[in-house]
Amino acid sequence: MMKNNAILAVEAHGLVKTFGDNRAVDGVSLSIPTGSICAVLGPNGAGKTTTINMLATLSKPDAGNVKIFGYDVVRETQIVRQLIGLTGQFASIDEDLTALENLMIFGRLYGYSRKDSKRKANELLEEFGLSDVASRALSKFSGGMRRRLDLAVSLISQPPLIFLDEPTTGLDPRTRMQMWQSIRNLVKGGSTVLLTTQYLDEADQLADNIVVIDKGRVVANDTPDGLKRSVGSSSLHLTIKDVDNAANAAQIIERILDARVHLAEASELIAPIDNTDKLTDVLTTLKDAGIALSGVNILQPTLYEVFFALTGEGSKDQKEEN
Amino acid sequence: MTNTTIIPAVERKLKNRIGVGTTIRNTCTLTYRALLKMSKNPEIFVDFVVLPVMFTLLFTFLFGGAISGNIPNYLPVVIPGVLLMSSFTNCTTAGSKLREDVDKGTTSRFKSMPIARIAPLAGSLIADLVRYVMGGTTVFVTGYILGYRPEAGIPAVIFSILFMMFVAWCLSWVFAFISLCTKTISTASAIGVVVMFPLVFLSNAFVPAETMPSWLQYFVLQINPLSRVVIAVRHLLTYGTIGADFWFALFGTLAILVVFIPLTVNAYNHKA
Ligand SMILES: Nc1ncnc2c1ncn2[C@@H]1O[C@H](COP(=O)(O)OP(=O)(O)OP(=O)(O)O)[C@@H](O)[C@H]1O
Ligand SMILES: [Mg+2]
Repeated sequence: MMKNNAILAVEAHGLVKTFGDNRAVDGVSLSIPTGSICAVLGPNGAGKTTTINMLATLSKPDAGNVKIFGYDVVRETQIVRQLIGLTGQFASIDEDLTALENLMIFGRLYGYSRKDSKRKANELLEEFGLSDVASRALSKFSGGMRRRLDLAVSLISQPPLIFLDEPTTGLDPRTRMQMWQSIRNLVKGGSTVLLTTQYLDEADQLADNIVVIDKGRVVANDTPDGLKRSVGSSSLHLTIKDVDNAANAAQIIERILDARVHLAEASELIAPIDNTDKLTDVLTTLKDAGIALSGVNILQPTLYEVFFALTGEGSKDQKEEN
Repeated sequence: MTNTTIIPAVERKLKNRIGVGTTIRNTCTLTYRALLKMSKNPEIFVDFVVLPVMFTLLFTFLFGGAISGNIPNYLPVVIPGVLLMSSFTNCTTAGSKLREDVDKGTTSRFKSMPIARIAPLAGSLIADLVRYVMGGTTVFVTGYILGYRPEAGIPAVIFSILFMMFVAWCLSWVFAFISLCTKTISTASAIGVVVMFPLVFLSNAFVPAETMPSWLQYFVLQINPLSRVVIAVRHLLTYGTIGADFWFALFGTLAILVVFIPLTVNAYNHKA
């Protein structure tokens, strides 16, 4: 057991992957201790899937190296493949087959006998609440059921390391919670999980460690608390009536909150705020300065703000995606 | 998973290679998968059965009188031709299921698993053997109904079907390769048609080469390899023996197989 914890489940150094002259992944380093959940957080096109593909032996890194439980992904590929389970971004189960058939075929591929495959398949169907629909054609499955079955497939060999690429994208809130619970159960059983997500709250809920990537680079690597501290636990959104006052208002807010203000639209000011008591100060000072407001909001940090805080940039379209 | 604990990585016995036994087992599993998928879409069988019947009837009644004077005389000419055409049509679409797996991400999952690289490919193509056998059988049954009685009897018929199946199977690796290399699956099927038509129709499959202008005869008999296959099958069905053309066709397609297995596996691995 001691030895067990000493080995990192994932240890990646300086991963690079280029497509033409697009450096999709540009020097990503990661280390994930055995038994923990690591969330890779980033917007569309950040390089999350490309990174997972390299970790899961699907593509060779152009530079850098990866060790999975101490085994090199390039030189000891077949060993690594016996230790991982991958649930890709898009469900990769067979539409034509039933849930049970899908699971059993993967069980057989992992080398289990017919009987064992069937037993394991049924256990997993039970576990994921799919027993009732085990012999129904997948084309009749809902998105959430597909996603759960897809996860179940990658668990059939009980791998110690599981990669989940955006496991909850497109799920409704209830199904999302179920998926979170399944992921937590995995870790209780001793697995290590690396998941990617576009949602900060998901990373916050699940992960022991969050790696934020943008344009193929790691821009932060921290615990959820650490990350939120760097963003401010919440953010203040103020809409001012008269656009001409924007610069003035921004100055006041920056002075009181001691933080940078970001102009989302001409009239909307956003600033991190960790102590909501300061809100009163902000509002009174603005009132004294004769700046009228049409809206005040305190919001939990979004990925957008994490990015703004971490990279000092961000654009409106990024905001719209969240 | 609530009550099962994962065996830690350090406590596992692991091998960094895939043995022959595993390769065969994986291939069998994936062949089973492909057959299971076929059985769930029975409408695809229409292709392998209806088309050969249609072509046999069409060619026999349309060309029979003109080419051989009457229908009974034309049947020994046209049946091997339709057999070739139906097998060849089937093998031009060999890659479509593979391509579907690639496009849907199933291939990525296979690739992340400790299974033999060749298994998904081989499984899919081996399952296709069913199509060639069904197509071939249909052609002969239709021929029988029209009055075709091959002189060499049933064993020669079975042997012809198996021979044609082998030839088509070897060629199917070429088309699997093409469908993995093209941008979309429709490009691949277009290439399939473009390759198939000249090769099948500029051969002696439906029309005896003697009636053609000499330059065309040269292409048909000396260049087009499919003519050899047709000659081999006709010979087999008439005399019950195998001639030089049989060996030529057999070794030719074997050579194609040997070249294209690594190429196709490579294309498959790079596509995912
Ligand atoms: N096979 C490929 N060929 C060319 N470019 C690619 C390929 N795969 C990814 N890219 C590019 O690499 C970059 C990173 O893509 P990637 O799929 O890793 O992003 P992602 O973080 O997973 O995004 P998303 O949230 O949309 O899934 C993108 O600019 C994408 O266009
Ligand atoms: Mg992705």
